[in-house]
Parts: sequence; structure tokens; C-alpha cells
Amino acid sequence: MMVTQLEACREYVSFRLEHQTLGIPVTQVQEVISGLQVTPVPLAGTEVRGLINLRGQIVTVIDLRRRLGMPERAPDDPCMNVIVRNGDEEPEGLYSLLVDSIGDVLNVHDIPILPPPATLDGIWRRICAGVFRLDQAILVVLDVPSVLNFQEEKNDEKEKP
Amino acid sequence: MEEFLNEFVVEVWDNLSHLDRELITLEKCPQDREPLKTIFRVIHSIKGSCGMFGFQRLERLAHAAEDLLGLLRDGALPISTETIQPVLSAIDVIKSIMGAIEKDQTEPAGDDTALVERLRAVCRKSTGEISPVPVSSTGAELSRAESANNRATISEQSLRVHVGVLDRLMNLVGELVLSRNQLVELSRNQEESPFSPPIQQLSRIVSGLQEAVMMTRMQPIGQIWGKLPRIVRDLSHEIGKPLELKTNGAETEIDRQILQAIHDPIVHCVRNAADHGIEMAEVRQKNCKPSTGEIFLNAFHEGGQIVIEIRDDGAGIDLGAVSAKAVERGLISAEERAGLTESKILSFIFEPGFSTARQVTEVSGRGVGMDVVRTNVEKIGGSVELATRAGHGTTVRIKIPLTLAIISALIVNVGRHPFALPQVGVLELVRITAQNRTLIEDIHGSRVLKLRDRLLPVVDLAALLGIHDNLSEFTIVVAKVDQMVFGLIVQDVLDTQEIVVKPVGKLLRAIQIYAGSTILGDGRVVLILDLARIAARAFAPDTRAAVLEETGANGAEGANQKTKLLLFRTGKDLATHAIPLAAVSRIEEFPVSKLERNGGRLFVQYRGGLLRLLRLGADVGDLDPGNTSVPAIIFADADKSVGLLASEIVDIVEERLVLQEGGFAVLAGHATRVLEISEILGIAGEAG
Repeated sequence: MMVTQLEACREYVSFRLEHQTLGIPVTQVQEVISGLQVTPVPLAGTEVRGLINLRGQIVTVIDLRRRLGMPERAPDDPCMNVIVRNGDEEPEGLYSLLVDSIGDVLNVHDIPILPPPATLDGIWRRICAGVFRLDQAILVVLDVPSVLNFQEEKNDEKEKP
Repeated sequence: MEEFLNEFVVEVWDNLSHLDRELITLEKCPQDREPLKTIFRVIHSIKGSCGMFGFQRLERLAHAAEDLLGLLRDGALPISTETIQPVLSAIDVIKSIMGAIEKDQTEPAGDDTALVERLRAVCRKSTGEISPVPVSSTGAELSRAESANNRATISEQSLRVHVGVLDRLMNLVGELVLSRNQLVELSRNQEESPFSPPIQQLSRIVSGLQEAVMMTRMQPIGQIWGKLPRIVRDLSHEIGKPLELKTNGAETEIDRQILQAIHDPIVHCVRNAADHGIEMAEVRQKNCKPSTGEIFLNAFHEGGQIVIEIRDDGAGIDLGAVSAKAVERGLISAEERAGLTESKILSFIFEPGFSTARQVTEVSGRGVGMDVVRTNVEKIGGSVELATRAGHGTTVRIKIPLTLAIISALIVNVGRHPFALPQVGVLELVRITAQNRTLIEDIHGSRVLKLRDRLLPVVDLAALLGIHDNLSEFTIVVAKVDQMVFGLIVQDVLDTQEIVVKPVGKLLRAIQIYAGSTILGDGRVVLILDLARIAARAFAPDTRAAVLEETGANGAEGANQKTKLLLFRTGKDLATHAIPLAAVSRIEEFPVSKLERNGGRLFVQYRGGLLRLLRLGADVGDLDPGNTSVPAIIFADADKSVGLLASEIVDIVEERLVLQEGGFAVLAGHATRVLEISEILGIAGEAG
């Protein structure tokens, strides 16, 4: 999603990973849920925590910390599933992003969205759709398709000499 | 308007699907005018509806075809290939136009003048004398009215439902089955609960509903067969062989998803049979066969599966040519070629790209892209087998499951995680405890299971899945994929359940060993393992060969390690021999009456092929006549198997192997001749 497209979206579901505040447009988030039993998937990439049963639908859980190369959460630390829709997938491409905690829905109607800072490195640069400068923190807006695109990302890397 | 158009499209397709069959019948029995009436009616109604939608191309074509059909119907023109061919071509064009209309809702651009002219040219050949048969004309009216009547009654009994609705119904029933399973699971622990009886009742109803909904998705296989007469007819003209297509079991019903998936493989096999399987008419006559080649299609239910056979009465597959090609392509070495079984040779036909080689298609026939056929059939959980008899023909047997959506599965634990294993491939379960631990032998890190005289390779599922697990007691699931039987180590088997297969998520598809995922009665998500993929992964042909080679070599030479050896007596003096256990694939017992001699060699029919049997130090002619059966040690690697007859199997010992001169060693306190696999295969090669 490009910065220009994001301008139309004024409300973001915010959540935290370590000390970083991140956001996803509310239109792409179906719900936030916790306490579901996760079935691990052997041989899957480390980003994939497993599968959950979301009212009869099987949803793949992505650990956002692992996806972004951040340190592991302690085993007993709380976490939440942010259920997101990956628009183009049929039927209802639902994924769960595992985050540390959920914040408010932020309304940014009078704040301009900025392009990803040039200093962002590697993975962060690929998954960042833009940033908002808020009073207390910086909100990094995630581009959901890029977050889910880790397999192709790895393939691309392999092809590089 | 759009609604009318959709209705028109559906109606026309429906009618067109009957037309091919009618036209072929017509060509075969020109005196039977009944099919002509139907064809005429269909084309007439297409022409009529075209005006309403302004489809001019379609109208012009249908008009010209109708004129010709009218003359044929009234007997003004004789019915022959010459007069029918333009009609068939017109129908083909009408079909392609309809396809485009269905997609874009408008008629595609194009010029059919040449075809229309051809139709008219045939019309002009008409004698102009319309044979006056007034009685038959009222007869036609009558039968038209009659068949309209019939149609009305049939249409009252059935109605057209959009496939999307059925698919949605099936999904919902799938969900319902899951919820039912959860309820049953909950009530299982509380027998006194007042909810139990109604849950039981609900459970029964859901099962009934599930079956009923599955029925709605069933379609007769005749839908595929309806298209084949035309294909065979065209092929027959194209390649100049008279062909006849016979079918049986057209009413056999299959899930529509599967029906779609097997359409191409079946058509492919029929083409193969016509093109390569059946000989030219002259050749057939020389061999005292009827000059018309026969292709026979058969479909029937067998043990919860559907079997589809495509049989031809052609020349059969030239096994020699296939194995020669396999040598040429480097799949086997020239020496190995001698000991190949028939089933092994036939399996080459499924090698990717194997049959596209020109020589094979010309010499032996069969098999342009049989690998694609097999891949497609295996994708839906089916299997393909080939059987052939020189001079008598070839049969392709395709086995497929009834439905894909709901399967019966074993729920097994691997490293405390449950997984589902489709029950179709499972043969039996063997529980391994401290008592019968010896059933498992470890051969240089690869494990085998001794199961009733057979040695089966064993896959440690936990290791394959990268789960750490060290078990003293476990269960081995004995499974069969293709012709291969192997064991899978799991912690234990929890349950069997009917599960609803859901596809694995997009991010997990690359892993391949999962056939899908499902939700268990307690709400847990479990992954469904794909037995064929697991076998392919665990026994990749090159790694398997490498393991055999390595263990075989070390068995005889690795002086410091203990080696497992199979001891047996053989030869005139019943001397004890030993062979590294790693080289042995099975031990079988064959009835003496089943052994066959040919050209000084001994064979036995084994697993659908011929197995060459060898005997050490003695002529194969002097078998002990007193015995009714003989044990044989089977050696097999990736491409070749041979059996070594023994007088008696003595024991398996594990000792440090120190080879003395002449290949002897002291084993179990006796001087024992230690054989090497290469030696045995060498004997096979020399004698051959």
C-alpha cells in the first residue's frame, strides 16, 4: 500500500512490539483475540507459530517479533492475535499476527503520513508502509501483504549471488 | 436480459453435450433416423433463440447446418462421413462461439463463410427428390410430442442448482460435522448428562445430512464418457485405424471435484490407446485379430474407491524396447536390465519425459506423458497401474477415492502433537514395547521392521518432522503407497475420525508433506500428513541406493564395527553362508509348485512380475523334491531384484566381521562363507 492510498485511511489499530508502536488500518483488521491454542507446524519457517481454530476456520499465526527479527518474547509473557485480512486471497485470506499487546484505535485525521524514513533497515523498510509522528511516539504503519510475503523474500535472497 | 442469456447458455450446453453422441450413432447406423430428429431439433432451437439475442454468426451457422440436417432427415441426402463431417465442424464452431458468449456475454468476431459454404455445397448435392413418406412425418410429430412429454416428467424430478450453492452447502456441512464432533467429544465424558441422547440423535442426523449433501455433488462418470466417442471417431479418421469404443458403468457416480480432475487423464489414456496401443488394421489382420480395434472403458466401485479401467486390444507394451530405452536414458545400467521385473519396466513409463522419446512411442507405443497422468491422479489421492500382455493389449487402471472433502483418518501422536493420517494407505498397526523391541533392527542408522518374514523400511516421523523424541515404546503404522510398503514410527494412535479436509494455508504449501488440515472434536487444529510425500521424502531413490551401497560395502569390510548378518544354509552340502542384513530387502517363502523353469533359469511370479531365483553352488534343476516350499532371500535395490534360494534360514547374528581368505569368517562359532551382494548380482548377470 502506498503512502497516497494510506491518506484515505484515518483510523489505525495500534499495538506494541517491545517498545515500538505499530499500526494497521482498521479496515484490514477483523478482530483481536487471545488465549487460543496454537498447533505448531513442523518444518515451517520460524515466523510461523502454527495454526489456530478461529470459529471453525483454520488461520495461520505469524509471530511478528520473529518476522521482524526482534528478540524472542519470554514464554510466559502475554501476547495477542491480531486477525488481519489479506485482501486478494480467497476465500477470506485471514492471518493472525502475534503481538505483545494491543493499544487504542488511533485517529490520525489531522496528522500527515510520512514516507518510511531512509534510515530504516532491511526487513523494517520492506514492511513499513509509512509513519505517523504522534505526540508520545512514532506509529509505524505495517503493509500487511509485505509482512506475509516472507517466503518470496527468502527466495529472492537465495537467488542473489 | 442477462438472466435469459444465462438460461440460454445453460440450455444450449446441455443440448450440445448430447449431440456428439447422437451424431456418432448416426454415422454408424445411417438407417436409424431417430438421432437426426434430435440433432435437427437442437440446432433448430439454437437458431431460434439467436434472433432474440442478436447473435448473427451463430444464427447463420445454425441456419446452414439446419438446412443440411433437414435434407438428411428427409432422406434427400445419404448419410455418410462426407455429409456428417460439415455438421460436426459446424457444431464445433458453435461450441467455441458459445464458450465465448458464456465468458463475455457477447458474440465473438469471426468469419464462418467457408464453413457455411461447405454446408451449402453439400446441400446442393441433394437429388432434389424428397422421398415422400407422409406416415413417417406424422410419426415424427408424434415422437416429438412424446419425447417432449418425457422431458417434462424428467425435469419435474430434477432442478438445476448452481454449483457454487452446492459447494457452499458442502462447506457448511463440513463445519457442522466439526461442531458435531466437538459436542460428541464433550458428552463422551459425561454419560449421565441429559444432553447425551439428543446429541446422539443430532449426530445421526448430521451423518445423514452429510451423506445426502455429498450425493448432490455426485455426477455419473458417463459425463466424461459422453465426450469420448467423438474423440475416438476423430482419432480414428486422423490416424486411419478403425476403432470402436465400448463403455460400461457410465452410471458410476463420483464427486464432481474428482470428476473434473480425472477428465484429462482419462482422455489422455484413451488417446494413447488409440494412437499407440492399437495396431494398424493390416497388422491386426495378419495377427488374426478383428481389423477394428477396441477400446473398452469400465468404471465400478471397489472397496470404497472407484476403479476406472481403460483397456485396449492392441499390441501391448514392448517391454524390451522400454527397458532398452531406460538403459539409453541412464535410468538403469545395461547389466541391471537383465534382472528387471515386468512391473519395474512398466514403472519407467511413468518417468517424467520418458515416453516423449520418439523411438519408444513408435516401437512400443503408449505413454506420451503418462507421468502427467499419474501426477494428476495422485494429486486427488488416487493411483495408476499398468498391465500389459504382448499381442493382447494393455489396461490402465486408475483408482480414485469417492470424495475429497471428508476422509477417514487415524489420529496419531508424534512428540505429543496430534497429526492425522489418511486411513486409505494404512495396512496395520504394530505396537513396539520392551518385549518385542527386537522386531526393529538398526542397520547403519536406517531402521527396518521385521514383520512376518518381511523387512520393511521404517521412517521415524518425529525425526522427519524435526521433533525431538526418544521413545522406548511406540507404534509403527504400516502403510502402503504405490507398491511400496513401509513403517512410520509414531508415539501412539489416539483415535480414528471422519475428518473434513481443509486446504493448508498459502504460507505452508511449500512444505508439501501436509495434505491439508482439519479441526478435531476437541477444537484442536491438526495437520493431515501426506503419505505419498512422506515416502518420497524418506526414500528418495538416490539416497536409498546410496544407503544400500554403503551398508553393503561396510558390512563386508568395516572391520571394527559389528555387523548384522543373515545366516542361511544352501548348496549341496548345506554349508552355512552369511549375507549382510543391510543388503536383504525381504525373506519370502515360495511354494515349490509355483517355481517355473525356462531356459535353465528359475523364476517365480511375484508381485505382478517375474522374479529371477538363483541358487548357490548347485544347479537350479535339482531342487529338493521333498520340500513343498523354499525360502528365498530377496535382494532389491532401486531398479532390480533377485531372489536367492536357501535350504534353510538359520539366524540373524551381530558380530565383528573379520574376513579370512576366500571370504570366510567365523560366525556363531562356525566357519561361514560371507557373500557380497555384488557377488550375487554378478551370478545373476553371468547366467543371464
